[in-house]
Amino acid sequence: MTMIQVSNLTKKFDKFTAVDDISFSVKKGEIFAFLGPNGAGKTTTIKILTTLLHPTTGKISLNGFDPIREKYEVRASFGIVFQDPSLDDELTAYENMEFHGVLYRVPKKIRRERIEHLLKFVELWDRRNDLVKKFSGGMKRRLEVARGLIHHPKILFLDEPTLGLDPQTRNHIWNYIKELSKSEQMTIFFTTHYMEEAERVAQKIAIIDHGKIIAEGTSKELKEKTKTSSLEDAFLALTGSTIRDEEAGFMDNLRAMRAMHRSR
Amino acid sequence: MNTIYILWLRQLKRYFRSKARIIGSLGQPILFLVALGFGMNQMYEKAGGGNYIQFLAPGVIAMGIIFTALFSGIEIIWDRQFGFLKETLVAPTSRLKIMIGRTLGGATVALLQGLIILFLAFLIGFRPQNLLLLPLAIVFTFLIALLFTAIGTAIASILKDMQGFQLIMNFLVMPLFFLSGALFPLQGAPKALEIIAKIDPLTYGVDGLRGTLIGVSQFGLATDFLVLSILTGLILVLGAYLFSKIEV
Repeated sequence: MTMIQVSNLTKKFDKFTAVDDISFSVKKGEIFAFLGPNGAGKTTTIKILTTLLHPTTGKISLNGFDPIREKYEVRASFGIVFQDPSLDDELTAYENMEFHGVLYRVPKKIRRERIEHLLKFVELWDRRNDLVKKFSGGMKRRLEVARGLIHHPKILFLDEPTLGLDPQTRNHIWNYIKELSKSEQMTIFFTTHYMEEAERVAQKIAIIDHGKIIAEGTSKELKEKTKTSSLEDAFLALTGSTIRDEEAGFMDNLRAMRAMHRSR
Repeated sequence: MNTIYILWLRQLKRYFRSKARIIGSLGQPILFLVALGFGMNQMYEKAGGGNYIQFLAPGVIAMGIIFTALFSGIEIIWDRQFGFLKETLVAPTSRLKIMIGRTLGGATVALLQGLIILFLAFLIGFRPQNLLLLPLAIVFTFLIALLFTAIGTAIASILKDMQGFQLIMNFLVMPLFFLSGALFPLQGAPKALEIIAKIDPLTYGVDGLRGTLIGVSQFGLATDFLVLSILTGLILVLGAYLFSKIEV
């Protein structure tokens, strides 16, 4: 059964085409890695799939629903860990978790159990009553991952979930997610810059560059296709080795969006 | 219901946790009450207006409310910049509920702020004329708070960052405040000023507060209430619409 179906999706910002006519599908329970250099269109694609942006053209279906016309049903189908921060710094770790659980209508009893379980899992239970603004970057990231797992969604989007985490924590978190994917038949859609992570976890990989999907398949297939021995080499063979412009930070995005807004 | 409650609660928690903000936003009203209240009192009395502090206090309470309320609404821009907005926008709940929860939270905070200023005004000599009308004064306080939080929400849904904040302060909030008759009586003011004041929604808020607190009302409490509640309703709808269109 297909959980995510994307056909001929395009997203243009003014004249810049961020996502250029891409198509792919992800099966139920599958762990799908969406890889690409900075600025390739990964986050834009995720924003469109998660109803945060409108596509310019193309057809999308998530859990059988259309993110444009059936926003509510789509939102009820997925969970997401964003690439950039999305915590409320003025609330405590526990309050952030609680807020999410209430927003996603997780019943009180299950909510309390899962919050305790997850906070212990990411080793923040002792710090649960501290304001998030006192947390380090890694702690915030762990909290965000834990928060994304409170309600067990059908589809889980993870946009560079392990960025800035040490190998121990990364391993720890991935084992948990793999387990969840198996036990709950949860579909996982993730992006990462750690190729060995994708190689180890993903059942299927798509590589996007300059807004186009340039290769798709299992890690093994991609390596065979490029006659390389590691996914990292395969990735470099496919996308070239020129360094890309750093993806605009969120302040840059704000500026760009404001400029767009004015010109409208 | 839960969604509205948790968003309301969040606004309150944020308010009570930033003591600096509570105290900071009381500075200006206190300054107005003390400097203007005592400074202009003699002149005002000589001109036959009566006690200026009595006249001024409802206006300064209104000022405190609109600043806090507008800022609560505008906080959405912070949430956008710090990323938290996304978290609420992808949740499987209607944006209308999110907007209502936030707006009620912001309005409650502004109401509290208004009550604190009322108390401070009492300390420096302001006396409500009829204590029985105090609940009605609170209704007006809340209406003003709701209206201006909704205006803040509507503005914040369009703005992408805080760059435009000064613009709003100087070309919207300040004029609304100074032209509302918060500081001077509108009777006897130049015709043009009077007309502008009648378009200013805050005029009816200030008038309603004066009507309930010191028993002096130019338009009558019924008119004040009607104008404020209809306008608040309209801005809430507009704010909800703009909020539902936000893309991150």
